[in-house]
Amino acid sequence: MTATFPYLAVLIAVPAVGAGVVALMPREKVVPWFHEALGVAVAVITLGVAAAEAVSFNSGVGGYQMVSTHTWASDLGIQWAVGIDGISLFLVLLTAVLFPLAMLGARVRRDSKGFIAWLLLLEAGCMGSFVSLDLILFFLFFELTLVPTYFLIGGWGFAQRGYAAIKFFVYTFAGSAFLLVGIVAIAFIHRGQTGVLTFDLQQLMHTHVSGTEGVLLFCAFTIAFAIKAPIFPFHTWLPNTHSDSPVAVAILMIGIMAKIGTYGIIRFDLNLFPQASRTMAPVLLTLAVIGIVYGAMVAGVQKNLKVLLAYSSLASMGFVVLGTFALNPQGLAGGVLQMANHGLISTALFLLVGWVYRRRATWQTSSLKGLQWSAPVLAGCFTVAMLASIGVPGLNGFVGEFLILLGTFVAHRWWAVAATAGVIAAAVYLLWAYQQVFHGEPTEEDVASTPDLRWPERLVVAPIIVLIVALGIFPKPVLDRITPSVNRVVVRVDTVTRTPLSAELRRAQAADEAATAAATTPATALARAEARNSSASSAVGASHRIPGGGR
Amino acid sequence: MLHVTWLIIALPLIGFALQVAVGRRLGDPVAGWVATAFCSASFAVAVGVYLDLLTVQAPVRSYSQNLWTWVPVDRLQVHADLYVDPLSMTMVLFVTGISSLIHLYSIGYMRGDRDFSKFFLYLNLFVASMLILVLGANMAVTFVGWEGVGTCSYWLIAFWFTREAAASAGKKAFVYNRIGDAGFLLAILVTWQSVHSVEYQTVFARLGQIPPSTVTAICLLLLVGVMGKSAQLPLFPWLADAMEGPTPVSALIHAATMVTAGVYLLCRVSPLLHASHAASLTVAIVGALTAFVAATIACAQQDIKKVLAYSTISQLGYMFLAIGCGAYTAAIFLMVAHAFFKGLLFLGAGSVIHGLHDEQDLKRMGNLRAYMPITFITFAIGWLCLAAVPPLSGYWAKGDILDNTWAAHPALWVVGIITACLTAYYMSRLTGLAFFGNDRWREADEQPDLDPMHTRHAEGVIAEPHESPWIMTIPLWILAIGAALAGVLALSGSRFSLARWIDPVFGTTLFESHLSSSTTLILALIDAAVAIVFVIIGLRLWMTRAYRPALEKSFLLRSWYINEVYDALIGRPATRLAGFFANTLDPKVIDGAVLGVAGAVHGTGSLLRKTQTGYVRNYVLGITFGTVVILLFMLTRLWWG
Repeated sequence: MTATFPYLAVLIAVPAVGAGVVALMPREKVVPWFHEALGVAVAVITLGVAAAEAVSFNSGVGGYQMVSTHTWASDLGIQWAVGIDGISLFLVLLTAVLFPLAMLGARVRRDSKGFIAWLLLLEAGCMGSFVSLDLILFFLFFELTLVPTYFLIGGWGFAQRGYAAIKFFVYTFAGSAFLLVGIVAIAFIHRGQTGVLTFDLQQLMHTHVSGTEGVLLFCAFTIAFAIKAPIFPFHTWLPNTHSDSPVAVAILMIGIMAKIGTYGIIRFDLNLFPQASRTMAPVLLTLAVIGIVYGAMVAGVQKNLKVLLAYSSLASMGFVVLGTFALNPQGLAGGVLQMANHGLISTALFLLVGWVYRRRATWQTSSLKGLQWSAPVLAGCFTVAMLASIGVPGLNGFVGEFLILLGTFVAHRWWAVAATAGVIAAAVYLLWAYQQVFHGEPTEEDVASTPDLRWPERLVVAPIIVLIVALGIFPKPVLDRITPSVNRVVVRVDTVTRTPLSAELRRAQAADEAATAAATTPATALARAEARNSSASSAVGASHRIPGGGR
Repeated sequence: MLHVTWLIIALPLIGFALQVAVGRRLGDPVAGWVATAFCSASFAVAVGVYLDLLTVQAPVRSYSQNLWTWVPVDRLQVHADLYVDPLSMTMVLFVTGISSLIHLYSIGYMRGDRDFSKFFLYLNLFVASMLILVLGANMAVTFVGWEGVGTCSYWLIAFWFTREAAASAGKKAFVYNRIGDAGFLLAILVTWQSVHSVEYQTVFARLGQIPPSTVTAICLLLLVGVMGKSAQLPLFPWLADAMEGPTPVSALIHAATMVTAGVYLLCRVSPLLHASHAASLTVAIVGALTAFVAATIACAQQDIKKVLAYSTISQLGYMFLAIGCGAYTAAIFLMVAHAFFKGLLFLGAGSVIHGLHDEQDLKRMGNLRAYMPITFITFAIGWLCLAAVPPLSGYWAKGDILDNTWAAHPALWVVGIITACLTAYYMSRLTGLAFFGNDRWREADEQPDLDPMHTRHAEGVIAEPHESPWIMTIPLWILAIGAALAGVLALSGSRFSLARWIDPVFGTTLFESHLSSSTTLILALIDAAVAIVFVIIGLRLWMTRAYRPALEKSFLLRSWYINEVYDALIGRPATRLAGFFANTLDPKVIDGAVLGVAGAVHGTGSLLRKTQTGYVRNYVLGITFGTVVILLFMLTRLWWG
């Protein structure tokens, strides 16, 4: 593999092709778990590619790496442009990690072929969303995630699955309409100023938008993302969708697809509309804080564990939004880190709740009692994930929450103070739920029907628990890669809004430029390629450019 | 050995990891011995580090150890660093030492428990968290331990989770601590914003840059944290409920570790407190009031462990009174002495409960001195220590604090001395009820249950009480000797002088030094007289009769109705509001608006429906198809474009 291996295209292609292959495989004449095994194999290959990509990621650089650009419809200005930076890197990794675990941990009882095929297509859509640097391309992938989700909910969901699927689809799709209008509008504004029609994010960033235009466009983009995340008050599809979606879909919707929303805000809102982002920050901060407190309160009175977790994610995503609109390195880095953290935590919680359902066929807290008696390992895993969600230090949730609160406090003190109320509330509702389900005296029937986690289940949840602990103790490798990229975003927002840069940011900016320059010098690239003992190092083609490399 | 400071924390952590992995296989009692070994090893390393620290020649003996960079983002650089100085060393020594004894005791106490190994797993993690808290070189690392002990106490209190009361008590402890933790967290944020560092020594060095009002704000926010962790007014109700946990847990949480964390933290940030008179005064007032209120409640409790729990709250109040008066060393002195005698009392109470087959109601005890002589003798030492009878350690420690209070705030001294009367009284009441009088346990099941708090009872007729096994009495003896002799720490000029060892950390002039020697003597005599008189009163009243309703007011038994007040003011309104959000606002108002918009669109759209099928499934298929076509088109352009 060379430094110019097209990781990102492969990351999208492998699951997409895998989906096709699974779909074309015969349903008969194979062992029942054939399609699942194939799907997991594809997902694991994707994970391998993602891991290799993460290894070759240059940690000192803040800008896009592994960029590859191909003109597609030149008359329409649409291009295949993908690239990755510290912000998207860990979301790509998260996607690669969670898909195989969701397939293994939340299997369905019937028609696993269709299920797996849709899941793989969904993975391709998520990957594409995180690496697209062209707005139309992003939009396509953004939409592409909807379709598999709809069929997955409609086909494999629980009692009210039809309504759940339609509500989710229509709601999200309505948001997409705003997004599409926004994309087209900014492209045409750009064309009006430069005469060039393009959807390239890096070019559109230089569009000059007036104050009102900016705010309107910001709103158009943000509504789509706010529905996806979700941000209060665009969250009401959550309870319906989550009470009736299959566990794997719940995991992926909250673990990954929700992050497309907050990722989109950082990638597109902050980059394209820095002024509007700053103007609108108080609104978003307020909605975030409301989401944190409101989500926690509503979660506190839920009787259905899945719905409870859905509302809990409303609160958690509130923290991500809060950090984002602190618009400083700590808050933003915390927000990005928390996306990955919450992806892991929520996956663990949904998997475990799913396994409770597999044993007891209920999501209702009132029908469950004393699970810790007969299933101590399950209870222990749930406890770790719950504490991470509460933000107990030593686990990953705290690091993100701490950075978010610190960043927000520096920028907007009272919002941070209000959000700490959410920190308390999170403890209340999660511990209350835990007490109802896991504590108390179980009956003999309960004990008999609730065996502890079996080894396959333990092996599925173990990697997540390990990551939750490891990222809590040693988040430095992750933060070192996130920081240069969020610094870049902050510098951009500060520059456009004429906010004086802090001394640290100026230094970071200089260091970033130096690192970027070093990374793009052909001699260096060549030397690095040779160092990796690669024969194909001369294939540094025009097709896979490193950013800044003289576009 | 200073460079192996990290081992002090690592050893109990390894013990924890080992228990997680193979604890169940090790089983009863091997798992307990393993856990005890790791905790004792930690103590041994701590002693080594202590001896090395003594050889450091500097105005303030200290040593920092940088482990790794924990949270680095831009200007924020939080390191996982440890800091050893006489203050943290003192804490480390007594935390590891007393915890080791409690581990040992637990092997006996928890014998036969279904989750024997899990208990020791929590215990090890608890000790490790406490050590992180104490050794952290910055506020963030301290916060890790701070929440860590809170989490472990949640597990330990709710250890017998099949009992609803235990489960609720665990949750309550966690939530009350969380409220305090939020204050601590905000204090960290304010500190960072002011000086761009959370490292204690850096913050102190840059103290001049922080505006006075901000210093006060930081101190008061830390005080909120302390109220949670050390169970001070108004966040104290969790500590009494925490008695639902196994008795060694009560000893561990209430004597050696968790609750003293608040005292340690305020001593750690003493330069900040010293710079803010308002904050110091607030600490002193909170401490004095808590000491008094908790002592009044302790006078009426019927559960042996609850009396001790409220007495802990009260003693912690004294420590904060000392801190508020600037007498940090006096606070640490009482903390160390208290760790010995309260640990002793809890383990003694555990021995009583064990001997009486899980009976906790004082009214169903009586005359136990005849059946449990070792427990009685050691318990009596603890009783007289806590009552501050000379020449035991409690007398010196409390005297030190009261002298300082007299010098700083005479009004608070009055509160302090009244509380001292109550302390001697309620401890004597407890001892009188449990160890003197008739064998009331003989007809225990025939007595009416007059206790509105529904203390835990043994089932049926209680068999003859028995003395506890050696594994439980040895820790009692060790603690009793320590409790009796800890007073030598107060001898100025002695080798063991706590003041000479620890004062350089605080570097403050104590108010006490302004007192004339005759005043000091008079104050000391008052302390002694008060203690002796009220011990006699308490004993005479309660040796003979077990029921004196006039002295056990219901509002005291119910801890001034504080739980009811919180429930009415916060608990129920919040639940109602949440219910309104979940059942009305969310589905009807917010979602109603969404559905309304959708309906309007649908209405318009139905005009065009003739050309459309109206099935989302078909739209979805269309989109899928369209997307796939577009992607394929793109791929072709990639290859041939």
